[in-house]
Amino acid sequence: MPIYFWAFVVGGLICVIGQLLFDVMKLTPAHTMSTLVVSGAILDGFGLYEPLIDFAGAGATVPITSFGNALVHGAMAEAEKHGLVGIMTGIFEVTSAGISAAIIFGFMAALIFKPKG
Amino acid sequence: MLHGHQTWEFFHQPVILATGVVGGPMEAQGPLAKDFDILHGDLWLGQDSYEKAEKKMLEQACEKAIEKAGLKKEDIQFFLSGDLMNQIISSSFCARTLGAPYLGLFGACSTSMEGLALASLIIDSQCARYVLCGTASHNASVEKQFRYPTEYGGQKPPSAQWTVTGAGTAVVGAEGEGPRVKAATIGRVVDMAIADPFNMGAAMAPAAVDTIEAHFRDMNTSPADYDLIATGDLGQIGHHIAKDLLKKHGFDMGDTFTDCGLLIYSKDQKNVLLAGASGAGCSASVAYGHILNRMRKGELNKVMIVATGALLSPISFQQNETIPCIAHAVVIENVR
Repeated sequence: MPIYFWAFVVGGLICVIGQLLFDVMKLTPAHTMSTLVVSGAILDGFGLYEPLIDFAGAGATVPITSFGNALVHGAMAEAEKHGLVGIMTGIFEVTSAGISAAIIFGFMAALIFKPKG
Repeated sequence: MLHGHQTWEFFHQPVILATGVVGGPMEAQGPLAKDFDILHGDLWLGQDSYEKAEKKMLEQACEKAIEKAGLKKEDIQFFLSGDLMNQIISSSFCARTLGAPYLGLFGACSTSMEGLALASLIIDSQCARYVLCGTASHNASVEKQFRYPTEYGGQKPPSAQWTVTGAGTAVVGAEGEGPRVKAATIGRVVDMAIADPFNMGAAMAPAAVDTIEAHFRDMNTSPADYDLIATGDLGQIGHHIAKDLLKKHGFDMGDTFTDCGLLIYSKDQKNVLLAGASGAGCSASVAYGHILNRMRKGELNKVMIVATGALLSPISFQQNETIPCIAHAVVIENVR
């Protein structure tokens, strides 16, 4: 049960940071998103994001910060195996499922709906 | 004739012979629905893009105004129009359909009164018998251009305004029945260093105040001389700022001071309301529809409409430029 509580609190806090960047720092939605992705990447670089996932579960994996974490995580794992080239191949190792899903579901939605504003 | 520093007083008193007002689905649910000539239940208007829908609205508003004036397309000697699209395509494409000699205008949301002031000047200087002026905006086409892609669904703060889907046009003539244009004050560009495009009302309020004060000074009048003074689209925040600023400068505006952006939607349209309405079509449809109808009924006799425009572009905003603003005032009066 406590994992649900901490997932709610941590996930919510990440969203609060995003909202503050948006409302107080007056960042655009795109800048807000990029800032959160880069923050997740930096945290994982220092090995801090995995412990957060252990602690808060989906509270840390669902927000966009987790995407930054996954990019760095994959790059570092592959770099250990294949050296410098591994950084290139590893970036999309862990994130490929998410990116492919976005493309495939985006394509399917575009077939059914009128995808323009 | 020039009166004071920046006001034209029209001696021949050009007549607003007829107006054409077209609105979209949100406007149809609003309290001013009965003041529109044509209302559309669908944002697309049967077109395959929102830009084409905006042009279609402007064309319909032109046709309606010409028809109500009892004229034919060929009678229109000049067409003055502007809108918020890049290179004012809605106006230029509408002018292609109309076939009348055309001057394109850009004053953002102040275009409605910029057009009416210039049309009146042309009539007053006896350079034409009939001039058509107008403007349009479409919620989806304008928000796409000035904000984010609409399908992106970016959050808006409560200070943001909702772009009106609407078009308003007026046929101005040298003689005939109808309210008459007495004077027009051309505004200066005022920039109070606000850079937030989600708070246009606050950015535009000082421009409205500057023009209103200039008008009082040039014409030697005061707020009490008007039955209604309506700014065009300051919204809730801007309206209060303008009222406070005018009070500070010694003009107590009283109950006759209102804003087109506050009139067009009802209080229950909260999901769209935010700080009120905006867009070139807002002041055009409210002034040419609701306000002129009240004048024709005799409820109002002397009205000042102060259309305000935020002269930013998507690029200037991305480069962190502040928002220069402008306001043009036109005084319309029933002459018996």
